[in-house]
Amino acid sequence: MSDSAVLVEMRGLTKRFGPGRPALDRLDARILGGTITGLAGPDGAGKTTLLRMIAGLLDPTEGELRVLGVDPREDAEEIHARAGYMPQRFGLYEDLSVQQNLDLYADLRGVLGEERRETFGRLLGFTDWARFTDRRAGALSGGMKQKLGLACALISKPELLLLDEPGVGVDPISRRDLWRMVEDLVKDGVGVVWSTAYLDEAEQCETVIVLNEGRPVFCGPPGELTGRVRGRAWAVPVEHGRRRALSKALQSEEVLDGVVQGHRLRLVLRGKARDRWDASEAGLEGKAEAAEPRFEDAFIDALGGPPRGPSRIAEAMRQVPPDDHPVIEAQDLTKRFGDFAATDGVSFTVPRGEIFGLLGPNGAGKSTTFKMLCGLLRPTSGRALVTGLDLEHSGSEARSRLGYMAQKFSLYGDLSVRQNLEFFAGIYGLPRARQKPAVDGMLDVFALRDQADEASGGLPLGFKQRLSMAAALMHEPDVLFLDEPTSGVDPLTRREFWKHINGLVEKGVTVLVTTHFMDEAEYCDRIGLVYRGKLIALGPPDELKAKARTDKNESPTMEDAFIHLVQAWDREQGGDRKEGKP
Amino acid sequence: MKAPSPAPSRAGAFSPRRLGALIRKESIQIVRDPSSILIALILPVVLLFLFGYAVSLDSTRLRLGVVLEERTVDSESLLAALRDSKYFLVTPGASRREAEADLTAGRTRGLVVVPVNFSRYLLSGGTEGAPLQVIADGSEPNTANFVQNYVRAAVGGWQQARLLERGILVPPARVDLQPRMWFNPSLESKNFLVPGSIAIVMTLIGTLLTALVVAREWERGTMEALMATPVSIQELVLGKLVPYFTLGMGSMLFCTLVATLVFGVPLRGSVVALALVTAVFLVSALGLGLLLSTLAKSQFMAGQVALVIGFLPAFQLSGFIFEISAMPRWIQAITFLFPARWFVQSLQTLFLAGDVPAVLWRDGAILVGFAVLFVFLTSRVTRKKL
Repeated sequence: MSDSAVLVEMRGLTKRFGPGRPALDRLDARILGGTITGLAGPDGAGKTTLLRMIAGLLDPTEGELRVLGVDPREDAEEIHARAGYMPQRFGLYEDLSVQQNLDLYADLRGVLGEERRETFGRLLGFTDWARFTDRRAGALSGGMKQKLGLACALISKPELLLLDEPGVGVDPISRRDLWRMVEDLVKDGVGVVWSTAYLDEAEQCETVIVLNEGRPVFCGPPGELTGRVRGRAWAVPVEHGRRRALSKALQSEEVLDGVVQGHRLRLVLRGKARDRWDASEAGLEGKAEAAEPRFEDAFIDALGGPPRGPSRIAEAMRQVPPDDHPVIEAQDLTKRFGDFAATDGVSFTVPRGEIFGLLGPNGAGKSTTFKMLCGLLRPTSGRALVTGLDLEHSGSEARSRLGYMAQKFSLYGDLSVRQNLEFFAGIYGLPRARQKPAVDGMLDVFALRDQADEASGGLPLGFKQRLSMAAALMHEPDVLFLDEPTSGVDPLTRREFWKHINGLVEKGVTVLVTTHFMDEAEYCDRIGLVYRGKLIALGPPDELKAKARTDKNESPTMEDAFIHLVQAWDREQGGDRKEGKP
Repeated sequence: MKAPSPAPSRAGAFSPRRLGALIRKESIQIVRDPSSILIALILPVVLLFLFGYAVSLDSTRLRLGVVLEERTVDSESLLAALRDSKYFLVTPGASRREAEADLTAGRTRGLVVVPVNFSRYLLSGGTEGAPLQVIADGSEPNTANFVQNYVRAAVGGWQQARLLERGILVPPARVDLQPRMWFNPSLESKNFLVPGSIAIVMTLIGTLLTALVVAREWERGTMEALMATPVSIQELVLGKLVPYFTLGMGSMLFCTLVATLVFGVPLRGSVVALALVTAVFLVSALGLGLLLSTLAKSQFMAGQVALVIGFLPAFQLSGFIFEISAMPRWIQAITFLFPARWFVQSLQTLFLAGDVPAVLWRDGAILVGFAVLFVFLTSRVTRKKL
């Protein structure tokens, strides 16, 4: 078997769903057997459209596409028989048990008798789910569902495997399991396409196709793209005022991009690679050390870098007076649904002007905790205080001082951008005279003026998220609750968001944020790791990372730390609750 | 480059095993999904109960106020005659004003006033006859008509009896009207409502339930996963048709048993004919449901559309409650377009009249036409593309 068999060939591949920007715009690429091809890009980049075309479920508008030697427009059935496809939304029957789901797909794909027994044995061997075969698929955790979905796609060993965002909503541990299942196939010459919105996930693939707004940004080995920023990534330690230092550094002509990373700033420079760099050129005091370039750096570089200049929303924001009392306080917060404790005795405090991150796998109780803290959910026991006010008793007073941005787009899709902002200015009780300037200000700051009169439901995700944030900031709150504000958003918009968040925090605003992105967790001052309803770790990112340091891994990433802490906790609890792990 | 392997079960070719797998999957889902059991077994009982007992278009025992403004042998005997009538529940009133208040308040449906001098007029036997006032509640015209007619009938009977009593020979009437109701001699509305409600249940299972389950597959993404397997369109369509057809026929058997055994509705036709007509209607309803869900890929849309073009016509334009011949002509024309109309007609024929070949052959043929049309359209519209 030749490893380099070309399984998919694309030339000028274009898909339009109507007038306006094509969903996919003139893509030239190949997908080879025996490799994992990463398909990376933010939401709306055209990843799903591309996968559906390869799977023979959508016809291209223009261009050439050959999959496994056939044109999907002419013989989609050939592809359906020889390729495996896992859609983004599992594709599992939730009413059916794990075994019944496997049986169904085995029957549909004609995997019978001895072959079937062998396949099931192999698939069930990947994880310890043999004892869950009678459980209904709907009752599985997100990670388990995704693994089962993958198993169903793997039943008849496909020549080409198409996976649409298998890592979404999956904790890092399950993600590693999924990765292992796929790597085994690749050894046998199967070609795998793994689509993802996480750039660190794409970086692990052998080749990668990077899309942004339908346009191909890069096709090739990720190392090649990352190589472009080699020698341009530098880390500078900063003891105090990291965020102010960052915003100063970003004003330098030389700096393309920068983020906070624990106690250091991580900067990407413009121009060519250098051996040495004097951080004082960017107005920083610390000594710059060369940093390992990341795929995301290269992606941002390819897109020309984030918009420059300081956060105008932060500039317009009044300074929140300093205050020694904690702004957010969780006192033994507990929420039970029946006899299941979604949040179990969580306590922490957040002082003024801090960014506090809640991190944890899906279903760990992160969202429940978050909702209790901003008064959307009544705790079973314990108290949630915001600016010293108990949300249960003085809810509306506390709420007038907090801004909330929901995970899902929760504005009115039928209203225009301007109408949405006017509505929020109204319900937050802004005086009539201040409403119009406030709305105009938001339109300018978030660059929404061109879209002001468009229905907000039809905007691309990045714009929707900006609008959501604008609505949450309308009344200049001094506490901000952000529930996954950047999930699915492209890296440039993410940078812009964090610029605003950092700027607001500089003005004394307190931020509680949940995130899926491990690197974003490092922008926070402190992190609370929530797992199985409990707060299992609390501290600054550097401190948590230090706990995962071993001889083999001297500079663990946030993801390593996450996995280490969760596994250590599992071991500790080990003996008495083995059965409870779904 | 590897040569295409000769796949054991190429798509396009029909595979009984794949169909079996789809049917098995669907059956498990039906059994586990409370809503399908609700529609197939609980809903029929509720509907049959509702139409069998609670909703009745008959008006036995109307509450009638009677005021005697003179108390004579004649007026008392008229009151007794009204009381004897099985159509009235008589409330004697002391005064006209009181009785009118009862009528206004809706406590009675009609009012009979026997005026002063009633007996004198009777005796005089003049051409004008004795005055007798009958007031009915015109806000419900149907009931008002009943009141008028029943009072007239009761008074007529009383008059004859009175004359006979006195040995006066009744002049022979030129026309002797002897009404006789066929098929539903006791004129009980449940006898035609119950077969009609069976048609409603079949429409719900066939069109609404089916439209919802397919739309659910689209919403949950399972349809996308299925389409990327070698399943063929025929298998997909049959995989939905067979389980829900079975469910519908089971529900029909259940409905028929409840209707005949519990509600005492007669079944004068043959069971075979009933099964055949039901089967054909069910296929047309399923075909419509599948067609809708292929076009509307969200449960909400599919549900809305199924209600508007499946359920509501079955309810209102099928002759189930509202008599088709009493509708304006252009609405009558519209009713021809809905399978439910032909099914209700067949059911009422089968339950109340028996196997009437002329009706059943025609309705059956029309239903077959609908079934073929919908299933054909579904397999044309359904494509293995998104």
